[in-house]
Amino acid sequence: MSFVEYGDTIKDGDTAIVFLGHESMFPVKVQHGTVTQTKYGVIRHSTDLIGKKYGSKVTCSKGGWVFILHPTPELWTMNLPHRTQILYSTDISIITMMLELKPGSIVCESGTGSGSLSHALIRTVAPTGHLYTVEFHQQRAEKAREEFREHGVEHLVTVTNQDVCKNGFGVSNIADAVFLDIPSPWEAIGHAKSALKAEGGRICSFSPCIEQVQRTCLAMEEYGFTEINTLEILLRVYNVRTISLQIPDLGKTAEDNSSTGFDSSNPSHQGSPCANLQQGTVQFKSGVPLREVVGHTGYLTFATKS
Amino acid sequence: AMEGGPSARIREGDCAVLKRDEVFKAVSVLRRRKIIFEKQWFYLDNAIGHIYGTTFEVTSGGNLQPKQEVEETTTETKEAGTDNRNIVDDGKSQKLTHDDIKALKDKGIKGQEIVQQLIENSTTFRDKTEFAQDKYIKKKKKKYEAVITIVKPSTRILSTMYYAREPGKINHLRYDTLAQMLTLGNIHAGNKMIVMETCAGLVLGAVMERMGGYGSIIQMYPGGGPVRAATGCFGFPKPFFDNLHEFPLSKVQSLLSGTFTTETLPADPEENALVEDESNGLSEEKQTSLQETEEEPTTEAAMEINPTEEQDMMDINAEDVEFKENKEKENKENVREKQIKQWERRKKLLEAAALLREKNADGLIVASKFHPTPLLLSLLEFVAPSRPFVVYCQYKEPLLECYTKLRERGGVINLKLSETWLRNYQVLPDRSHPKLTMSGGGGYLLSGITVVLDKGKSDSSNSEALKMEEPSSKRCKLQDLPC
Repeated sequence: MSFVEYGDTIKDGDTAIVFLGHESMFPVKVQHGTVTQTKYGVIRHSTDLIGKKYGSKVTCSKGGWVFILHPTPELWTMNLPHRTQILYSTDISIITMMLELKPGSIVCESGTGSGSLSHALIRTVAPTGHLYTVEFHQQRAEKAREEFREHGVEHLVTVTNQDVCKNGFGVSNIADAVFLDIPSPWEAIGHAKSALKAEGGRICSFSPCIEQVQRTCLAMEEYGFTEINTLEILLRVYNVRTISLQIPDLGKTAEDNSSTGFDSSNPSHQGSPCANLQQGTVQFKSGVPLREVVGHTGYLTFATKS
Repeated sequence: AMEGGPSARIREGDCAVLKRDEVFKAVSVLRRRKIIFEKQWFYLDNAIGHIYGTTFEVTSGGNLQPKQEVEETTTETKEAGTDNRNIVDDGKSQKLTHDDIKALKDKGIKGQEIVQQLIENSTTFRDKTEFAQDKYIKKKKKKYEAVITIVKPSTRILSTMYYAREPGKINHLRYDTLAQMLTLGNIHAGNKMIVMETCAGLVLGAVMERMGGYGSIIQMYPGGGPVRAATGCFGFPKPFFDNLHEFPLSKVQSLLSGTFTTETLPADPEENALVEDESNGLSEEKQTSLQETEEEPTTEAAMEINPTEEQDMMDINAEDVEFKENKEKENKENVREKQIKQWERRKKLLEAAALLREKNADGLIVASKFHPTPLLLSLLEFVAPSRPFVVYCQYKEPLLECYTKLRERGGVINLKLSETWLRNYQVLPDRSHPKLTMSGGGGYLLSGITVVLDKGKSDSSNSEALKMEEPSSKRCKLQDLPC
């Protein structure tokens, strides 16, 4: 297995994802002789994991069970240890498409942060592309290098520990795309331009605050970028639920005993309410929004070098 | 082939995309072919050889000319007002008439100059605020300075174009939703993907782009053959298509039940593809330009045959018998050609069936006009465990049912029903605000991950289902029931 290539069976040294149930999962480093504690009991790597097929159900010592999943950048994003605030798959998806990334692309990124976007970029440009990622925090840069190694992708990425605003990305005129997620992206636009290939390179800057966006757009214009476009994207998740609503008692007419108004005599079929006359309820399926949703992550500004 | 190297140049035969502001149009780059775009007529001949991304102006002769970089004349602090309390919109503030402007255009006066004339002949211009003047100039420039950029097609460009121009052809799949599918589906080089779409081949093209020619794709199709009109626009090199297979939906049941044969094949795919194109109401120009590209090879072939026939016709008296023999030979060749084609198609079908039978696909993407439930329930059988799948539907309700059926089936986890909300912004100093809202129109996604299916254990699949649901809040327990 690796983050850029699917494997069928769990091997020693793999990073696997243990899935416990609804949105409850964690990553695990598979190692001979190791055990992992879960709320359902112990998982013994040597007997329960190594050699098993990814996607298998594993019964833990207390009798409960879990699923072992093949890692993907998306699962990694949901489970990685946060060193900084990270980008989630919703933003990552639109960034990938708008930067026109694909196998063979050369991408520059700063800051590396916790490596959430980095893993997704590496997956997209593999096997012939490369990610040059710049992180000014020494420990974070080192941790990122370590993780890329563990995940079998170190040949696809170069981590540089420096300040992108002062020293750029360490490459020039070769990048198909540049991504910025730093406090003062306008200070790095010039460096981004020199890292990008001569014509047609794409740039993206991610900023939580509109003031940062304004400064960045101005800088992009000054440096001759075109097609400057700012957007935001939000995810809306729905829970699928069967809902029962009570039919109100509106009383009876003088003559008959049947309840008036709501005609709940239709036989139930796909999507339409099914009535339970005895209990006076109507059932239907609904996609119910979550109670708390993400309202803002950041603004994404894209542009083209021409 | 283009990555990291010199920038791509426009070549004859390419599918290119014309861009003017936010409007896109895909065209075939052919010499002496008149193109209509944004109320302008021109030939693409002069564009050939230029780098993609070049901006052109249309000359009076209908030719393209690269736009010169013009120094924006630093405007001295223009006279401007403070607000619009005294500006009356009586439609009389512009002194130039329609005819005056037309005369300027006919004289060949450049757009820039026309805009300048409009400003000078506007009685209210100097009373407008600086922002209003800015907006006015932008608006006039947009109308009179017609510049066209020729861009290289990509998923970004084509999905935006299709959503704006022909959303009906792609089931109103908005481009950000497509972006989610590609990422949620972990589409990358080396995958073995199953794709089922009725989006003119746009989704297939997007998947192919993210796979970079590595791995393989089996495209499931309804009816006689897959529609790949949009796929052609991406400009993929030929090797990309070597590992693209197709398989008819009508054979899926037989494949799953083990009764699959190649005895009854669907009708000729080429005919069906053209028919579907025509009946989808393509905008006239696009239809002409695409169809003409498709028809050219056959026209050439016809031209090759004709001279021989004509010659035969002229010599008919002297070589009557020979002429008949030639005709017979031709017919036999045609029949043999058809047989070879039939055999090749059968061979490809068996190959695709074999790939599916392995039941080890790395992912499934569905984006079609059909109800998603039967598609998912059958096609998931071909997917390996611990692999992602994504289903798109223009409507939410069918996905509610799909979700429920998948829970009953078991063998899937992390089911998520979602949509994305997209908003564009205008960012200008002191004038930044959201531009237009597009939420609500992009369609819905149901995604999940496969796991090893525990067949014949209805107990465990029930407890699985319960485990997969989020715990309902205590307050709502009476009303909410997990599906």
